Amino acid sequence: MADFIMPSLGADMNAGLLVAWRVAPGERVKHGDIIAEVETEKGLFEVEVFADGIVEQLLAQPGPDKIPVGTVLATISSEATAAAQVSAEETEKRLRISPAARKLATEKNIDLQRLRGTGPQGAICLADVEKAITEVSEPQAAPGPTALETAKTDYRAGMRQAIAAAMSRANREIPHYYLATDIDMSRALDWLAEQNRERPIKQRLLPVVLTLKAVAQALEKVPQLNGHWIDGELQLKNELHIGVAIALRGGGLLTPAIHNLDRLSLDQLMGALSDLIVRTRSGKLRGSEMTDAGLTVTSLGDLGVQTVYGVIYPPQVALIGLGRIAERPWAEAGLLGVRPLLTATLAADHRASDGHQGGQFLDAFAKALQQPERL
Amino acid sequence: MTEADIKTHIFRGLALVAPEAEFDDLPADENLREELDIDSYDFLTFLIWLNEELGVEIPETDYEKLISLDDLVTYLSVRLN
Repeated sequence: MADFIMPSLGADMNAGLLVAWRVAPGERVKHGDIIAEVETEKGLFEVEVFADGIVEQLLAQPGPDKIPVGTVLATISSEATAAAQVSAEETEKRLRISPAARKLATEKNIDLQRLRGTGPQGAICLADVEKAITEVSEPQAAPGPTALETAKTDYRAGMRQAIAAAMSRANREIPHYYLATDIDMSRALDWLAEQNRERPIKQRLLPVVLTLKAVAQALEKVPQLNGHWIDGELQLKNELHIGVAIALRGGGLLTPAIHNLDRLSLDQLMGALSDLIVRTRSGKLRGSEMTDAGLTVTSLGDLGVQTVYGVIYPPQVALIGLGRIAERPWAEAGLLGVRPLLTATLAADHRASDGHQGGQFLDAFAKALQQPERL
Repeated sequence: MTEADIKTHIFRGLALVAPEAEFDDLPADENLREELDIDSYDFLTFLIWLNEELGVEIPETDYEKLISLDDLVTYLSVRLN
């Protein structure tokens, strides 16, 4: 039997609100199915279940009280035992309620399936039904127009608190070191322009797609930057899930992961990125997207920023910062010219890697961008 | 298509990526992307919408011609009439 617990959807999260269940007891689930909607200060997320089996009991109900991370929310029984148990439970259930309780429940229209019995052997007694009646009759405030406005300000305030918590923790716990390099993007941009010339507008690629693929290639050479620092040691990730920093209009930031970036073609990556941006800005992200990233890339290239000095998002151990691609002077083979340059920075956790590995990563990243046709 | 019609279409497209913007106050000769705080992904989304809505092909090499609202109106005006 597996437990579905309130997940941690980020370094800043201690508790969350259970907004809705997407399954009912008796329903079959498999790894990856959406089981519930959870709200944190960063917004609403669809949470996946990671067990295969049948939903047994929903131990918590959607409500206004924050539930601490780690609390068991539901039990899931494995397929094998579930079938045998179901028929036994059904007959048992009919016996485990006192006649007085059953009468009152029927009179007051209380759904017996939702009651948890506190009598002998979990039997539902009169007190349980009476308690359920008082819970039902408590009025739920319906959101009015002013409540919506407060909700928006609350969301922004909540988002700021979440970012404050994560970034403060990062500065407290992570000994950051920083490396920067300037990369000649002329080959990459020329190749991209040629590609996009042939493509209808809907299929054009943005430069960020090249840089993300280059990050994936560089990580193959320096895998120590793709992992989480947990309990004093580096736990390397086997898969390449890369977080992408996406700014929200009106303030705030989310860094959901693109899964298995190494397995995506440039077109697939463009599609995945578009989809992620749309869902981030409309609040439809999944729990796994909030927790699976081995490292994050933040691209501030659309603004005038040349160099990004970033803060690592714990428990990750690296953050890649990309500035604006802009024409700057460039010296090569004794001659001075002008090239489109990108300043790339690596912020890394010195507990997990040293400057040498960080340097190797930036080197591999820069080299990958000189061969765009291989990305 | 009149300039006014073109503007209406442009504003509808921009509303997709900048839903809270007040288009009546938009300075016509300023950098549109900066005024509305939209990034390259948003801009591409907007151009794709324009392409679907008005049938105008916009090659990537022309993006740099589309800095302000006036630039956009002029560019589309030429291609639609």
